[in-house]
Amino acid sequence: MLVEIQNLKKSFGGREVVRGISLEVEEGELVALIGPSGCGKSTLLRCINGLETADSGTVRIESMTLQSHEEIGRKEFSRRAQALRQQVGMVFQSFNLFPHLTVLENLMIAPRVVRGVNAREISLALLEKVGLGDKSENYPEQLSGGQQQRAAIARALAMSPKVLLYDEPTSALDPGLVNEVLRVMKQLDVEGMTQIVVTHEMRFAREVADRIVFIEHGQIIESGKPEQIFSKPQHERTRAFLADFL
Amino acid sequence: MRYLLFLLLFISSANATEKLRWGADIQSGAPYAYKAPDHPEQMIGFEVEIVNALAHELDMEPVFVQNLWEGLIQGLQRKDYDIVINGLEITPDRAEEVHFSQPYYLTSERLTVRKSTMDINNVPDLKDRRVGTLEGSLAQRILKELKIPIQIIPYAEEVTAYSDLALSRTEAVLLDEPIALYYGQANPSLKIVGGSIGEMAYGIATRKDNPELSLKIEVALDKLIRDGTIRSILERWNLWNSQTALAWHMDAKPLSAPVSYDKYLETAWLKRPFGEKVKRYVSFLPMLAQGALMTMEISVLAMILAILVGLLVAMARLYGAWPVRWLALSFVEVWRGTPLLIQLYLIFYGLPHLGIRFDPFLAAVIGLGLNYGANEAENYRAGIQSIPRTQGDAAQALGMSWWQSLRYIILPQATRVVIPPVTNDFIALLKDSSLVSVITMVELTTTYGQLASTYFDYLGIGILTAAVYFLIGLPFVRLSHYFERRLRV
Repeated sequence: MLVEIQNLKKSFGGREVVRGISLEVEEGELVALIGPSGCGKSTLLRCINGLETADSGTVRIESMTLQSHEEIGRKEFSRRAQALRQQVGMVFQSFNLFPHLTVLENLMIAPRVVRGVNAREISLALLEKVGLGDKSENYPEQLSGGQQQRAAIARALAMSPKVLLYDEPTSALDPGLVNEVLRVMKQLDVEGMTQIVVTHEMRFAREVADRIVFIEHGQIIESGKPEQIFSKPQHERTRAFLADFL
Repeated sequence: MRYLLFLLLFISSANATEKLRWGADIQSGAPYAYKAPDHPEQMIGFEVEIVNALAHELDMEPVFVQNLWEGLIQGLQRKDYDIVINGLEITPDRAEEVHFSQPYYLTSERLTVRKSTMDINNVPDLKDRRVGTLEGSLAQRILKELKIPIQIIPYAEEVTAYSDLALSRTEAVLLDEPIALYYGQANPSLKIVGGSIGEMAYGIATRKDNPELSLKIEVALDKLIRDGTIRSILERWNLWNSQTALAWHMDAKPLSAPVSYDKYLETAWLKRPFGEKVKRYVSFLPMLAQGALMTMEISVLAMILAILVGLLVAMARLYGAWPVRWLALSFVEVWRGTPLLIQLYLIFYGLPHLGIRFDPFLAAVIGLGLNYGANEAENYRAGIQSIPRTQGDAAQALGMSWWQSLRYIILPQATRVVIPPVTNDFIALLKDSSLVSVITMVELTTTYGQLASTYFDYLGIGILTAAVYFLIGLPFVRLSHYFERRLRV
């Protein structure tokens, strides 16, 4: 298993947001996390790359393991989290491109700062790949939302991660711009990239995901192949949730 | 024999370089020590001549150090200079702090009124009048001790005390006779009335812990008084009077003409045609440029310090552990909440009591730098906080450390946000740097004061100086616009 999450728990101010989630992701898999807003899927995602610290439980990616502050100490946690993030890319709902840098510089900065590598060639190739070959010298604000999100994906890829995490990557986009982003993700899936996607795009999840995980109230209610989840959900809650979408 | 020669050479060369550092305030300095109106780069005055005579007698090189008159004794204690000769009256409370030589001049207070005033002829006539004098002078004390109600108006400058009298803002001015002669009598609309009031003696002040120099000065002064050198200096400046003559057992009648006084009347009070005035302003430019250079040096260095301090303090406030945060907050609150002037006094005159001495330049840079550092800290804190947290998230998600995300992602964006307020602060600092004249720095504002009081021209030279301030700030404003444009995305 490339990614292994065991009994992860996280609360904010006494409210338990993630209540003991365990999840395994194989190399090359695309896993879609679905569920109502506030169900804890975004927090789960942020715990996976250590942007949030779990209260208890374990995240393991390859040989790197993250545990709570209590278990490994604050310093050790941030050391490990930083090492782990170099292998785990993340794409945000609001893109979060760096506005003071050109698109190309957005891609090149992390390889340069973190690894001391000049990633110009790779970055240009990645921009070409996501269809932004002609935008490399533009600043983020000169791009449409869909273009920005594709640039953000390319930026994450510039660090050649083993896993990509997506936190509702199309929620902030105009409906007409959603597909260009999903196409890139689909393409990456074909190429064998491991991806964990928090999404409300049910059509995309059904079509592209290898596995669907339905989360509610901080717990996994049901998981399985898209066909099974969408056609014959086992759980009453899953049925109710999907009914609102279809 | 050869060794002896060496030794002699050594002694003579050591003597030749020994300096007699003397402190005085040349602003409104006539006839004591002031800039020559026809050669503003040159210092003249009867005290300048006395110092030169003393230095010659002692085989020392006189070195002048400018300080505000109110701060002359503090500067002496700080060892910024070794003697003070600047109309310092020998009083019991001053004698407790410093050592005084025998008097080099005895004089009294004189009353000056407008020529049209007929009903003020002596002290009792001052009842219920507005009377100008100098802050901290003996004349002020005499007025306070009078048993009649008087409204005392204390001034910092001789020139303004008398010009306000001429403008009818006051009814009379009581000040030392030399001042009355040079600023009152010399003014065509004023006159000296009544006789001598009180009695005072000017002495040369030295530090009490420097008895060797005190003795040398005493001996040399004694010789110069006896051989008539001091008398002829005083006569040239029209200052020879009966009090001094009596004390030295000499004749009150002057032996020579008051050539220096006559020249003063000619050069300082002459109404000049416009063309000549412009020519004179042009001749001030090198001096103003020198002052402007000092202002720039202090301001730029202080701003660099302020930016460094501000950055450090802002970081401490945002990211430090609680004791660090608390310390940073206290620094900001205290430095922002106290006047710059007080801070400068504390750093320059206060810290030496704790054994920490800065030279005036360093004290000015540190004082301005720390004060503005507190402002900058708040600018940067606001700038950093204006960058969304998600930017830090994105940077860290790419594997950057906290420090790297700050350095490459947060700070560059914050810098862009804070350029306008920081430029604003720099211009404010440039102007606030005029305050460092209180700690003996001769910068643009000090130069202005010296020139204006020498020529009784606060308007023309004032406009000239304001223009210089404006001009030296301008390039920085342009530079900031340029950066703002370049960094705008």
